[in-house]
Amino acid sequence: MMPDATEPLITIDGLSKTYASGFEALKDVSLEIEAREILALLGPNGAGKTTLISIICGLVNPSAGTVTVDGDDIIRDYRRTRARIGLVPQELTTEAFETVWHTVSFSRGLFGKPADPAHIERVLKDLSLWDKKDNKIITLSGGMKRRVMIAKALSHEPEILFLDEPTAGVDVELRKDMWATVRGLRDAGVTVILTTHYIEEAEEIADRVGVINKGELIVVEEKTELMRKLGQKRLRLELLEPLGSVPDALAGHDLELTDGGACLVYTYDAQAGRTGITALLGELSAAGIRFKDLETSKSSLEEIFVSLVKEGA
Amino acid sequence: MNLRGMMAIYKFEMARTGRTLLQSIVSPVISTSLYFVVFGSAIGTRITEIGGVPYGAFIVPGLIMLTLLTQSISNASFGIFFPKFTGTIYEILSAPVSHVEVVLGFVGAAATKSVILGLIILATAGLFVPLQVAHPLWMLLFLVLTAMTFSLFGFIIGIWADNFEQLQLVPLLVVTPLAFLGGSFYSIDMLPDVWQKVTLFNPVLYLISGFRWSFYEIADVGVGVSLGMISVFLGICIAIVWWMLRTGYRIKS
Repeated sequence: MMPDATEPLITIDGLSKTYASGFEALKDVSLEIEAREILALLGPNGAGKTTLISIICGLVNPSAGTVTVDGDDIIRDYRRTRARIGLVPQELTTEAFETVWHTVSFSRGLFGKPADPAHIERVLKDLSLWDKKDNKIITLSGGMKRRVMIAKALSHEPEILFLDEPTAGVDVELRKDMWATVRGLRDAGVTVILTTHYIEEAEEIADRVGVINKGELIVVEEKTELMRKLGQKRLRLELLEPLGSVPDALAGHDLELTDGGACLVYTYDAQAGRTGITALLGELSAAGIRFKDLETSKSSLEEIFVSLVKEGA
Repeated sequence: MNLRGMMAIYKFEMARTGRTLLQSIVSPVISTSLYFVVFGSAIGTRITEIGGVPYGAFIVPGLIMLTLLTQSISNASFGIFFPKFTGTIYEILSAPVSHVEVVLGFVGAAATKSVILGLIILATAGLFVPLQVAHPLWMLLFLVLTAMTFSLFGFIIGIWADNFEQLQLVPLLVVTPLAFLGGSFYSIDMLPDVWQKVTLFNPVLYLISGFRWSFYEIADVGVGVSLGMISVFLGICIAIVWWMLRTGYRIKS
């Protein structure tokens, strides 16, 4: 049964985890995940991303809070929730001496699905693993092993796929292939939750972005909305003659001299009614400062992320 | 019940035997044959019979038990330790399989392998000494119950062990001495009185005694006592495994 479009597919409520060592990995995290979206969880190493995924998938016991998948509790109704979830962990952990075909078929059986060679063939072909199906996993490259793990997670046709750092240590070309695969899955109706610390990855493929730092979910927002809300714009002026310092007459503006005084950078809020650009240009002219070129740029998700994490620190 | 999931684990573990045929089947058969040569032929010429049974034939049940115990423990402990060690256990933890299904998959496979091995050794023994099995069904019952109990015990060791050294520790320091001192190669009547009493605290004695009774109707303790003791060990192992999986001991933080 497909979930109601208005109801979230996954509801995380007040989730906390304190390990036996006393380390508080998650602090009262609440989050709703919609069906058929790509949600990227961003955060520095040790922020709690993997713990969050591990709890939902059954690898770690929560200390407090609940998680439901389409109304089913992940602990009480674990059979139903786990049957709908596929997990690709961060570490490349595979049965070294098994063949690709056997290990993927094993995963399907483990999740209680009847054998379906046609499905396994499709998955392996989609992940460009078909010609390696009889190879032992130990003979494959790191990128291929990563794809074998994705194939295992997709073997039982899950509606929800968790990818923990899917492109860690993967080269640029393969990373782009991976992004195309993830998009293809979303288009086929799979909800994808991925963790990453590569900002460009979230920027490239996510519909929504959640930022986790020190066990707390700082923000969850549509990617475009997040960039619009938190994004700042910059006006960069290339001066005809370098300046030693910002003239006192212009001290009222958020200005910064760069490139040894050859550039003047003005930072402003793109959402504000008045950006202050007209006034600034007028004052520059009055002060006799002339420029040969100008360009504006938006802050990237990376800059937003860095500033969020710094604020939380 | 996720029967397919359970069977997937069972078949995977059984397939591992196929890949490690030399280590799983051939090596125990060779070492048992060596025991026959050393104990049966060399020492057996000095001890002609025990309880009316030729010495070579007398040691067969004990030798099978010795292999059954060590192989059950080694198969089951390695079966669960290895996924824990490599990290592939994530898949089992994230799958819709219950604790009972996981245990039946791993322990069932380990016990099956041990029973098959026990029967192979029995057949091998038949090449060296004349054999008789007075109660074949009882023999099978003892074989299966012992294989299950010690596979569960191995599963416990596999979950408990943090490294390969710990994995070897209990089989080497506890199980092998108990098996040797539990009457594999002798009847406890042959021991001084005080050592007979001490031996009664050795759980392996009851396994070997009951098993030997199913062959030759001679036993150190009553067959009912043997069966009762095996059931007690089985119950203890089930309780410990149940507790381990329920609490996620050393598997789930």
